[in-house]
Amino acid sequence: MVMPKRLAKTDVVIVGMGAAGGVAALPLTNAGLKVIGLEAGGWLSPRDFAPDELRNGSRNWPQSVQKAASEAPTVRATSNDTAVQGGHPMMNAVGGTTMHYWAQSWRLNPWDFKVVSETKKRYGESRIPAGSTIEDWPFGYQELEPYYDKIEYTVGISGQAGNVQGKKNAAGNIFEGERAREYPMKPLRSSPFTDLMGNAAQSLGWNPFQGPAAIATELFDGRPPCQYHGFCNKGGCHIKAKSSTAFNVIPKAVDTGNLEVVTFARVTKIVTNDNGRVSGVEYIKGSETFFQPADVVLLASYAYENVRLLQLSKSREFPNGLANNAGQVGRHYMTHHQGAPVTALFDRDLHNWYGLPAQGVAIDEWADDNFDHSNLDFIGGANLWVHTDRKPMSAAKMPTFGETRNWGSDWKAFIMKNADRTNTSYIQKTTLPYEDNYLDLDPVVKDPLGFPVTRITARYRDNEKRIAAFSQEKMEQWYLEAGAIKTMKYGLGNIMGATTHAYGGTRMGLNSETNVVNEWGFAHEVPNLGVLGASVMGSSGSRNPTLTVQALSWRTAEYLASNWRSIVD
Amino acid sequence: MNKKNNRNGSRDGNNSGLLEETPVNPSRRKLLKGVGLAGAAAVSTIATSHVIAADSTSTNGNSKAIAPREALEALTAEEAETLAAICDCLIPSDKNGPGAREARAVHYIDKSLASHNSGARQNYSVGLNAINEFARKTRGKSFPELLLDQQNSILLAVQSNKISGFIPNGSGFFNMLRSHTIDGTFCDPYYGGNQDFVGWDMLHYPGIRLGVSEADVAAGASLPPNHQSAYDHSTYTKLADNSSLDTEGGDGYA
Repeated sequence: MVMPKRLAKTDVVIVGMGAAGGVAALPLTNAGLKVIGLEAGGWLSPRDFAPDELRNGSRNWPQSVQKAASEAPTVRATSNDTAVQGGHPMMNAVGGTTMHYWAQSWRLNPWDFKVVSETKKRYGESRIPAGSTIEDWPFGYQELEPYYDKIEYTVGISGQAGNVQGKKNAAGNIFEGERAREYPMKPLRSSPFTDLMGNAAQSLGWNPFQGPAAIATELFDGRPPCQYHGFCNKGGCHIKAKSSTAFNVIPKAVDTGNLEVVTFARVTKIVTNDNGRVSGVEYIKGSETFFQPADVVLLASYAYENVRLLQLSKSREFPNGLANNAGQVGRHYMTHHQGAPVTALFDRDLHNWYGLPAQGVAIDEWADDNFDHSNLDFIGGANLWVHTDRKPMSAAKMPTFGETRNWGSDWKAFIMKNADRTNTSYIQKTTLPYEDNYLDLDPVVKDPLGFPVTRITARYRDNEKRIAAFSQEKMEQWYLEAGAIKTMKYGLGNIMGATTHAYGGTRMGLNSETNVVNEWGFAHEVPNLGVLGASVMGSSGSRNPTLTVQALSWRTAEYLASNWRSIVD
Repeated sequence: MNKKNNRNGSRDGNNSGLLEETPVNPSRRKLLKGVGLAGAAAVSTIATSHVIAADSTSTNGNSKAIAPREALEALTAEEAETLAAICDCLIPSDKNGPGAREARAVHYIDKSLASHNSGARQNYSVGLNAINEFARKTRGKSFPELLLDQQNSILLAVQSNKISGFIPNGSGFFNMLRSHTIDGTFCDPYYGGNQDFVGWDMLHYPGIRLGVSEADVAAGASLPPNHQSAYDHSTYTKLADNSSLDTEGGDGYA
């Protein structure tokens, strides 16, 4: 084993320059701290984002050729099963998955921070599902509100507010927490299809609204507005209208002169000193191994890799993995039950060949605790989402609703008629953490360097499946109101596979016996180790996590900059 | 090498057989002479694939619709011929217009098996051979030589796992093949399928546009197809003029 080459010490090293690490770099470098950002991928440019369904959507370019793909987690439902390696949906690049995500950028609702106490208060303690390890967050929505605001205005989020300082506006989400001000940009435009669905929701007495997106709809910070060509899904933006961290906070941090981004750096270990503090990280670049010393390490490499790096970083002080003497690293894992959709067939063209996944209409009536659960057998709920965006290959693979077999002349006639007449909903559901759902190191499967990959042991329970069934009924009702002639419900789900919405594993909480990081995102057991990303989140909410991840990252970084001496001394 | 013997099991000599001056069956000759779509569909044996036809051009030279100098990159000639017959069943050229054949789905699949889908190469060899073996055993002819109804019934049997010899099984092989045939019919033409945008036209997809107005969306299927590949836009090609690009924050790869 070659000794790593020791580099000059820096103030902060951030592992991962994606949604979370990219955001954290800005307040740190603005405060004058020297930051090294280690990124497993490289820089991409708008040139790299061709509108190409085969390359992006089917062949998973460019993330398929990257580090994450070579260390995809193995997955099993229970500890009695053998875990099988699947795919990895995230991307290694400066900007990370903010390069090719849908860019839906929600705030969590206030209930999501207080699932336990609110449930007890309204329905009684017995309504917390057996075996769930859910806890309240260490703070409420109001604590995070200024950071949500900061991200919306720094990164660039478009949307329609529904509750500005207590003043409700039915054009936005009337269930959202109180916000200080409007979004910096108007929402993405509507389309014939979203208008159709919005009108149907209104006739059901629901409150439809256009969801928030990290996509410019006006000239913002030098970036042009969205041109609606589509290809956001697994594709980057050809004009930088998508507010990837690669196009805002990271270049701004570089411009301070205090951030050095090191690309194609594969971090293998977080190093601990004799005092039980972290002293830096080891990484491989090319064929060389380096040791990057730092006063503070911020881990921002997505939930699976955050957990794996801690579990791999064993030492005398931390024999079971870094910050894991309480045995909590890898616990309280959740995905977001994103599956179990409903697909509908209409009798007319929907005009969805263009547009993007974030250009849609949402219903929040059946999410969180926005409706009375007294006579229901679950807690939580689902955000219903329908959107534009259709591509020819996936259109041809549409379900046939039992009208024809899926090939031959009859099928061809069917898709010729119906290619622009289907829609599949996106239903994001509250998912709870459970005692037996966890991440650990796979005993068999290794990455190309010989390190074990993450093993996911997790499955949806009754609470999640009941939400799935309930929300499918609502979704079907919505489609039928809009004139759908056929609907089809998918299975309710079982195994929790690797996903873009992975939560937990390094949960945030005041109790050091049940949580890895404290209320500021620093490890209870390692005061100069911070963790960024949805791995710190103790509840899933029923909407996309990225904005919350970014608000938390800014908050952790700001806390670090303001309390530098007490954290590093 | 006798073509018939070759089809009956010999694995060698496939390619030399295809270079014979005389077309191996009448339907190929008809197609090469430019029989229209309806005529081609009416031919009882749909053995003729465009891939094979392309190979024969140099010796025959009487068709305009054939690409010059084109290799089979992954498939053998017999595999390509069998695959072409299957693709004809999956997305037929029929009264509703062109299908997988005109889109050149086989050409796409062959190229993809030599590149991105190389992991499926063995599955294709095994699966296509199993289909031909079954055809010969039950009908006395290779799959491409059978009537359309006979071909369809064999494919149904494969799809419903009634025939063995596939990786991982009949339905798995069928689903892969179906998926690749759709890819080859509806992908960006850059990849060798969806030739002349026949797949996109089939679905009334108006094509890739870098900017889309509300009026474009309102027009829906009445928006005229623009028949552009992503790579008709020089921004995304290897030879892009870098001076026209805004690479701020993204030029680290240079």
